[in-house]
Amino acid sequence: MKLKEKWWITGLVIAISMACVLSLFASSEPDGLERVAEDQGFAEKAGGQEAIHSLMPDYAIPGIENEALATSLAGLVGVFIITGITLGWGTILKRRR
Amino acid sequence: MHIPDGFLSVAVWASLWVVAMLILVVAVWRTNKKLGDRHVPLLGVLAAFIFAAQMLNVPVAGGTSGHMLGGVLIAVFVGPLAGSIVMGSIFGVQAIFFQDGGITTMGANIINMGLIGTILGYFIYQSVKKVVKGDRGMIIGAGVAAWIAVVLASAACAFELAASGTSPLGIALPAMVGIHVIIGIIEAAITIAVISFVLKTRADLLKLPKI
Repeated sequence: MKLKEKWWITGLVIAISMACVLSLFASSEPDGLERVAEDQGFAEKAGGQEAIHSLMPDYAIPGIENEALATSLAGLVGVFIITGITLGWGTILKRRR
Repeated sequence: MHIPDGFLSVAVWASLWVVAMLILVVAVWRTNKKLGDRHVPLLGVLAAFIFAAQMLNVPVAGGTSGHMLGGVLIAVFVGPLAGSIVMGSIFGVQAIFFQDGGITTMGANIINMGLIGTILGYFIYQSVKKVVKGDRGMIIGAGVAAWIAVVLASAACAFELAASGTSPLGIALPAMVGIHVIIGIIEAAITIAVISFVLKTRADLLKLPKI
């Protein structure tokens, strides 16, 4: 890849800024489905039903006291995971010469 | 709109898992050996962008928030099938690592918030582009498709809740669609903004073969 082709760096910087900085300003109001579930009284159906316990529930790394830091780091880890997985299958499915 | 474990009946979530996996298997099959050198970094960056965008809940009317889904956006760049694999990857990572959406309901979430955008949304985008030519058609088509995809996603979610006996259709459908008619505007706005930005700066990235 040529040095001038740095569009993907710009893209990644934008994504990381969103996941680590803008995410701190995200609304914590319920989303559309959560709102309907609360209004219609079926929200509690999800209580204790989680099939697995995720490492970073609600986009926060557990054990970090500072909430902003916990969210920023979880966002960064998430961006790395999804980018890595996508580059992984992308490379596997690439046309071979 | 991520459905948590517990909202859908076994029959409903299991069927949707099967449908989602069948579509993704076909998508992988058809994408294999078609991706070019420039597709791969673009897929990675767009996956990162959409993952991050889904963290950003924006307040909408009445103590409710919404975030972007991204299915139409990814499909406009790389096509419906490669785009579907990206969306499947995102919802998988969210459910497994972040408890965002259930494991049992992952198939439903992939279909509602991913495949409806990448496949139906892409079809709508293509249809608009046939009528409105050029960059303008691309922008208008993507915006219209993005909005419709969110509304269709909310309707699909309502049907799944009703089929599961969680909430009657007469209540769930108008409630879900009513809110997502507004949330869809966010989807359309971000989709249009990203495509317009890339058209101005690196239009070539929008001209890669669609898979």
